[in-house]
Amino acid sequence: MARKDVQLDHKLIMDLITPQSKVLDLGCGNGDLLYLLAKEKNAHVHGIEIDEQEIYKCVAKGLNVFHGDVDSGLSEFGDKSFDYVVLNQSLQQIIHVDKVLFDALRVGRKVIAGFPNFAYYRSRMQMFFLGKTPVTGTLPYQWNETPNLHFLSITDFKDYCRSKDINIEKSFYIGQSRRVFLFPNLFAQTGIFLISKV
Amino acid sequence: MINDSREIRRGTLGAVQVRFFTFDSLKLESGEKIGPVTIAYETYGLLNKDKTNAVLITHALSGDAHAAGVHEGKDDPGWWDALIGPGKAFDTEKYFVICSNVLGGCKGSTGPASTNPKNGKPYALDFPLIGINDIVNAQKRLVDQLGIEKLLSVVGGSMGGQQVLSWLSRYPQKLRSAIPIATTIRHSPQQIAFNEVGRQAIMADVHWKSGNYYDGPHPSQGLAVARMIGHITYMSDKSMAEKFGRDKKDAGEHFKFTADFEVEGYLRYRGDSFVKRFDANSYLYITKAMDNFDASGGRRFDDVLRGIKVKVMVISFKSDWLYPAYQSKEIVRACKLAGVETTYCEVDSSYGHDAFLLEVDEETYLIKHFLKKIFYAYEVTGDYGA
Repeated sequence: MARKDVQLDHKLIMDLITPQSKVLDLGCGNGDLLYLLAKEKNAHVHGIEIDEQEIYKCVAKGLNVFHGDVDSGLSEFGDKSFDYVVLNQSLQQIIHVDKVLFDALRVGRKVIAGFPNFAYYRSRMQMFFLGKTPVTGTLPYQWNETPNLHFLSITDFKDYCRSKDINIEKSFYIGQSRRVFLFPNLFAQTGIFLISKV
Repeated sequence: MINDSREIRRGTLGAVQVRFFTFDSLKLESGEKIGPVTIAYETYGLLNKDKTNAVLITHALSGDAHAAGVHEGKDDPGWWDALIGPGKAFDTEKYFVICSNVLGGCKGSTGPASTNPKNGKPYALDFPLIGINDIVNAQKRLVDQLGIEKLLSVVGGSMGGQQVLSWLSRYPQKLRSAIPIATTIRHSPQQIAFNEVGRQAIMADVHWKSGNYYDGPHPSQGLAVARMIGHITYMSDKSMAEKFGRDKKDAGEHFKFTADFEVEGYLRYRGDSFVKRFDANSYLYITKAMDNFDASGGRRFDDVLRGIKVKVMVISFKSDWLYPAYQSKEIVRACKLAGVETTYCEVDSSYGHDAFLLEVDEETYLIKHFLKKIFYAYEVTGDYGA
């Protein structure tokens, strides 16, 4: 797979991870990101995923993957078992965010969290002008079929980290297809944060 | 259920033969000795020059060495024929597959029906109590005899999975990988209870005679009842409903307690056919070995596994209530804690415990890819996006 085909969020996450790291991906889906990390960063990778079909895809890629839900999958790992714990596009689908995030910060030295920004300007416009629950590229679901449980904005997440003494080491914002540098809470569809416990 | 079954193809193995390996004596975990010991086994495919392609298949309670192919002049395929053969999960064009009958069994290996060298009569209850670890020790002798230093994998479901865990905890240096399927570190009281009812059914049969029945009628009714109980626990509520419903059998001659329902007829048929191929004393000894087994040896299982270099894939089935998924998850948890590279899949199946024999597509997909990765010793495969 050519590097240029890699999704932008995967590319940004890859750049955050130092070679040969131990990485746990919570909600690893079909294993694309873990596969890249193993191939290009020589990372030792593990995934947790709830969807059985995705498990088969991960196994076909030779990945180590646990079939189970993220909410109960972390307690068994010892402190600092991983260099990075990734929650990419799964944070908003977790039932007990506090518990999982703090567990992730316990078992990983650092956590990479990526989520769709609910305060993206198109979402705001749909809400304001149409009076409807927003449906956008990163929030593609109708209200009745969305797997998302939490609707948070980039500002929400920053406030959250501040209130919980979580250190934001780096952050990246992605718009429709490229990085956003100005007013991310308005123009970014996705936020990616590298965080650690203070 | 797997949606993607493109890669699954099936070939047949053709005629296979059972072989025998006999050695002088085996020291049992109880301290007793037994000998000579014969182990019946079959092999499929060819051992490569470096002897790095050997896979040991371990069978369940009622299984035997005949895992695949057919015996000359017969047409019953082996018990895991769907998974073993050219192009199958255990691809015999690539791998050398071994399956042996357990010690204590009755299909060619030394067991209670074998002749006791001390008196020339069948052992019966003079056969010493054996454990899963003894069964594995006998297998290890066979593997050593075949000149195999390290197995590519050891794979089995149910009691076969217990043997896998025994290998994993006691001979990790002999393994590159292990696949325990629908199994447990140790039996729960419920599992012991079902086995005990089976044993009581056998021992309550007037023909059992404290195990000394070999020169007369066998305790067939007791063994049949034990098997019927077993079959109930191997299925799920749903799979029974789907298979039989409340359908009645054909109206024939009736007395008050004929087998009216399809499910009754099925259980009776299963019980009756089992007694033709299985020895009641073997059933007692083997179920006891299962009940007594504890892969952790009384320690924490993660402590037992710490530092081992074996890659593990654990498979369980959603509707399996005899060996429920939580027991497989305990194995996975111990592996995680011990830092053992592990993959876990809970297959969505309605077949109950029997699923490990029936969910061929899912197992094939998982096993095929997992073994490929082990065999070629890479971390991540190249067929990205396949």
